[in-house]
Amino acid sequence: MKRTALVYAECADGKLRRVALEALGAARLLAGDGGSVHAVLVGGGPEAALQEAAAELAARGAGVVHVVDDPALAGFAPEAYAAVIGAAVAAVRPSVIVLGHTAAGRELAPRVAASVGGGHVADVTAIDLQGDGGADAVFTRPLYAGKAFEQRRFLPGAPGVLTVRPNNLPVAEPVAPGSEGVIAALPYPAPPLWTTVRSVVRKTGGTVDLAEADIIVAGGRGVRSAEGFAPLAALAAVLGGAVGASRGACDAGYCDYALQIGQTGKTVTPKLYIACGISGAIQHLAGMSQSRVIVAINKDPDAPIFGVADYGIVGDLFEIVPLLTEQFRTLLSKPG
Amino acid sequence: MKLVVLIKQTFDTEEKIELVNGAVADDSVKFIINPYDEYALEEALRLREAHGGSVTVVSCGSDRAVEALRTALAMGADEAVLLEQDGLPDDGHAVAAALAVALQPMLPDLILAGLFAVDRGAGSIALQIAERLGLPHAAAALKLEVRDGDSAGAARAAGGNGADAKPVKAHNGASWGSGDKVAVVVRDTEWGDETVEIPLPALITAQQGLNEPRYPSLPGIMKAKRKPLRQVSIHDLGLDAGDLAPRTERLALLAPPLRAAGRKLSGAPAEQAALLAELLQREAKLF
Ligand SMILES: Cc1cc2nc3c(=O)[nH]c(=O)nc-3n(C[C@H](O)[C@H](O)[C@H](O)COP(=O)(O)OP(=O)(O)OC[C@H]3O[C@@H](n4cnc5c(N)ncnc54)[C@H](O)[C@@H]3O)c2cc1C
Repeated sequence: MKRTALVYAECADGKLRRVALEALGAARLLAGDGGSVHAVLVGGGPEAALQEAAAELAARGAGVVHVVDDPALAGFAPEAYAAVIGAAVAAVRPSVIVLGHTAAGRELAPRVAASVGGGHVADVTAIDLQGDGGADAVFTRPLYAGKAFEQRRFLPGAPGVLTVRPNNLPVAEPVAPGSEGVIAALPYPAPPLWTTVRSVVRKTGGTVDLAEADIIVAGGRGVRSAEGFAPLAALAAVLGGAVGASRGACDAGYCDYALQIGQTGKTVTPKLYIACGISGAIQHLAGMSQSRVIVAINKDPDAPIFGVADYGIVGDLFEIVPLLTEQFRTLLSKPG
Repeated sequence: MKLVVLIKQTFDTEEKIELVNGAVADDSVKFIINPYDEYALEEALRLREAHGGSVTVVSCGSDRAVEALRTALAMGADEAVLLEQDGLPDDGHAVAAALAVALQPMLPDLILAGLFAVDRGAGSIALQIAERLGLPHAAAALKLEVRDGDSAGAARAAGGNGADAKPVKAHNGASWGSGDKVAVVVRDTEWGDETVEIPLPALITAQQGLNEPRYPSLPGIMKAKRKPLRQVSIHDLGLDAGDLAPRTERLALLAPPLRAAGRKLSGAPAEQAALLAELLQREAKLF
């Protein structure tokens, strides 16, 4: 298999997101041996950060990194960003375009797919190469919020657009020194900028992005108050993870809806999910049941959350969570 | 204002999903309006109450989707259109192409849709339609207000970023909208609550939190029976074969991987905490 793949390399606060490297890994896989991989990097200064991101993409297997740098692109504007990707598509003529299934990627992918008249496969959690020499790529994606999965493929004829769910695919590994890709400037094709951003109110959340977090400590109505999240935050801090919540906790006003995990909240697939005082309603499970390892801490031995947990502790979270924090503080401070 | 709302009929989120002979079993399942689409519909009804105009609900689906459209009419929509899915492949490209062609002659000032449908979860169709109709969009709205756009045009000119409000030209060259109104939208993003301004006509998708959808009232249900509900076949739309050709294909439908039964720990709280830390390290190899 030998194809041309294009990656939209998403940055946050001037830095490449991990999902951009996962998308690059997917693009390399889909391009196949001898195929070509292009990345498009969009930003509006500071230039140094953008160049650093471009160098990293080049070092991890992007043959050409197209950098589009314009002050008008400093903030996310969907129509403008889609136009930039469109310009890269016109220059590169890829057969497949890969984006992260992030807030931005979810907005860009359908516009790009429609503009190239191509197919769109969203929220891909696994890619298998099948057929002769891996000629066919088969994409696995969840349906009904993870209550079923489907496998899809692109039909030939038009470019295919896919978004990959953060945390599910391996990041692109560095290439051998000397075989790094090149960095090229692509002019900004200035479309009408319909969207004017007036203000952004940053959410008060942790420093780790939920969708990309390796470890999540989540609280439910069982935390009983906003202050009840403090022991969870302490555990998350020791583990280098993020804090999440059930809708029960959000509805009760204990935390911001930005933390909500589940069918109508965020979908997460961390390596470790610790559910504290969460009953395990089907809508909550929809957002987290694909986590690699699930731990449940709940007073009620019959709580449905124990049905999906790898490890369960029946007990009071206010007692257990601080004990866990202590355990991990000791464990993680030991070298090796 | 001419408001158009896209709705999809989906499984109730409480339903168990059962696979029978490679398909999702849908007999004896409760169907609802996709919850995100309900937020979109509620917002359209409120905009009509504030600004006047009409609300048209549009769905693409099987005959069963008529129920969802009747519910929307009972909630207060003025008219409904069902685009029959017969002849459409199971792929977003064709569905978006068909809906875009069906919507365009309605010359909507605002198209509202849900952020995504809880069955497929792709969030693709509405934004593909925006692209096809050449409309700007704002996704994941938490708050929405429509106002006169003079100040906005001036702000854009002063900011120097972008075109003036203008009549929109769709890909097929048709144009509509006088461009004198803007939507101010607070949208939910990973980087915070972002307030944006976009000129109408535009497409906006609704996020949970936008509003509390109303229930159909009894008089509403009675009235709904007499409201216009039009069924359109894709053959009426004059789509070409290229538009109707699928771009993706489903190869298999799978049940989620079963999680092996977990293990409940025992002992005093401190012992359990120590054991868990050890298991996560040694057995799950997380640390
Ligand atoms: C359309 C729809 C969409 C929804 N979307 C979502 C969604 O996206 N995400 C979501 O989470 N929910 C969602 N829900 C809500 C969902 O159905 C549940 O209501 C919600 O998940 C319950 O939250 P909870 O588990 O925190 O609260 P509860 O069900 O009240 O459970 C609290 C748990 O805490 C335990 N507990 C109490 N005190 C302690 C203690 N001191 N120590 C240990 N354990 C304790 C209790 O035993 C209980 O199991 C949705 C519902 C609907 C209808």
